[in-house]
Amino acid sequence: MTNQAFVTIKNAAKSYGNLEVLKDINLTVERGQIVAIIGPSGSGKSTLLRAINELDPLTSGEVWLEDVQINKKLPFRQYEAHVNQVRQDIGMVFQHFNLFPHLTVRGNITLAPRMLKGLSEADANKLAEEQLAKVGLSEKIDEYPSRLSGGQKQRVAIARALAMKPKVMLFDEATSALDPELVEEVNQVMKQLAEEHMTMIIVTHEMDFAASVCDRVLFMDQGVVVEEGPPSVIFQNPKEERTRNFLRKHLSR
Amino acid sequence: MDYELILRVYPFFIEAAWVTIQLSILTALLGLTCGALGAAARMSRLAVFRWIGATYVSIIRGTPALIQIFILYFGGPQIGIQLDSFSAGTIALGVNIGAYMTETIRGAIQSVDRGQTEAARTLGMGRWETMRKVVLPQAARMMIRPLGVNINALIKGTALVAPISVVELTYTAQRFIGSTYKPFEMFLLSGLLYMIIIYAVGQVINWLDRRARIT
Amino acid sequence: MGLDFSVVPDYFGVLAMGAGWTIAITICAGLLSFFGGIVFAVIALYGHWALRLPVRAFAFLFMGTPLLLQLFLIYFGLIQIGIDLPAFVAGVIGLGLHFAVYNSELIQASILAVDKGQYEGARTLGLSRGQTLRRIVIPQAVRAVIPPMGNNMIALLKDSALVSVIGVMELTLAAQQAISRTYRPFEFYLAAAFCYYIVNLALEAGLRHLERRIAASR
Repeated sequence: MTNQAFVTIKNAAKSYGNLEVLKDINLTVERGQIVAIIGPSGSGKSTLLRAINELDPLTSGEVWLEDVQINKKLPFRQYEAHVNQVRQDIGMVFQHFNLFPHLTVRGNITLAPRMLKGLSEADANKLAEEQLAKVGLSEKIDEYPSRLSGGQKQRVAIARALAMKPKVMLFDEATSALDPELVEEVNQVMKQLAEEHMTMIIVTHEMDFAASVCDRVLFMDQGVVVEEGPPSVIFQNPKEERTRNFLRKHLSR
Repeated sequence: MDYELILRVYPFFIEAAWVTIQLSILTALLGLTCGALGAAARMSRLAVFRWIGATYVSIIRGTPALIQIFILYFGGPQIGIQLDSFSAGTIALGVNIGAYMTETIRGAIQSVDRGQTEAARTLGMGRWETMRKVVLPQAARMMIRPLGVNINALIKGTALVAPISVVELTYTAQRFIGSTYKPFEMFLLSGLLYMIIIYAVGQVINWLDRRARIT
Repeated sequence: MGLDFSVVPDYFGVLAMGAGWTIAITICAGLLSFFGGIVFAVIALYGHWALRLPVRAFAFLFMGTPLLLQLFLIYFGLIQIGIDLPAFVAGVIGLGLHFAVYNSELIQASILAVDKGQYEGARTLGLSRGQTLRRIVIPQAVRAVIPPMGNNMIALLKDSALVSVIGVMELTLAAQQAISRTYRPFEFYLAAAFCYYIVNLALEAGLRHLERRIAASR
């Protein structure tokens, strides 16, 4: 099933007034591929990721998931319905977790499957238990998020996204807000997903993780993709001066 | 909408509004006095005063203002306090809002950073000097807005003296509703006057607040 | 004339009945003000202008005028347009709407303060705007205003005394009935005040318990 375009971004551009944050970006992600997007802050990497599920819609260009165009131009109501539909297939994990504090872990995970996929309470509970077991937090099922550590919160957030059985997972700096000692537990979960051939697009500051897990690395700066390739090339033999400068600062740490 | 009726009765409402204004001013002054004394008692070094302050606040805030007015006006004569309805209403409302102002003033004073007190005390200033020269000037600025909220509530609260027949705005509205069967017109007329009074007082509070922030 | 509390126990039943009605009014008007507050808040923030403008005008009018005046408007206004409601219902509507306006102000501010990440978290799962508002934003906004809304409920309990003026049989009116037979206002108003104080203490304790219970889910 490889070598098949799964997520496709064509001529993506985005601007706020005169400020161009994305300039003519093209990207094709194959099924099961794991792509890391790296670059300095303000490079547009998060904006690009958030454009994939229409959180930050593009000014121009196209985003496709398999044969469905995500950013179709439609009248408002139809657009909303369409976006709500496609988002169910795209899991997203945020830097600040965005767990729902008024719901327990179980409530967080079962909410969308029950509301949107019509799962029965028993089925949704079973699903929650499965997903929590996967991220190693079975015992926390009835806790509220306020009782969890940052690493645990992020693992629950991943379980919540996975419970929708997404076709692709987006990670927006999933470990940036965590204390250093909590990063590894989240990385472990992501590695496990990689082994299961989940298609993933990962915006990250962690070069070691990108090098060890990803199939491809994109280096972005000032709204363009400066360089892309397998991690061995990007991290050891970057062609572009800008990439080398960036890596010198980040790998030396 | 019966405009002709409004034109005919509005002078009564203007007169009533003046009573409401007098009630509000007197109640506010009495309330501020009770509030200052109450706050001082609540923060006293002596347990007796703290207890008196806490009991005052708890009892007054724990029971309806209307009942307090009734106790003073109807029950007062039984214990030798004979007051006309305006005085009874003013005193009861003033003592009532004073309990709320006690908590406002105390809250503002306690929100002044402890470091301010510590700094003044290490300079050798006494307890009272520190309060007067360092804490109170800072707290005064912070209490203007919340006291404004208390005064806003107090103006609307003056309506509670209508049941003891003080001829203020709500009493007048009630009387004319009874005699004309035009509740909506009477409500709008008296409501408009209440809102003008509240708006004017709000402007004064804003002006005080702005002035306090500059210095 | 002096004080004589010995007559008070004879009217214990009357006062207890009145206190029961006061509690009933507080609960009914409290529920109306809670759900009404949410509805007003949502309309004021997201409603079509044809709904939003009247709701805002209503809020403006009700925040700027005394509750007692509003009770007269509702009680006599309804009669004038041919709706003759029992005094109890009119009192509940008046108190409930009055406090709904205040609760709405609290909830609006609280809705606007809900973290943007909560919307994003919900929307990326595929929830629609309405679903996000109903299941994610409003439950959080309401939890955040439980303490100040609790203060409104305490104010509502005390302000329920005002509905005695439009003839609702509750604690204050019960005390007045006893007074009209015994001519002992001081004793019976004091007894009524005592009952209010007890109910008030119970309500405060209940609210503190509720706050503690929801502390984890915030």
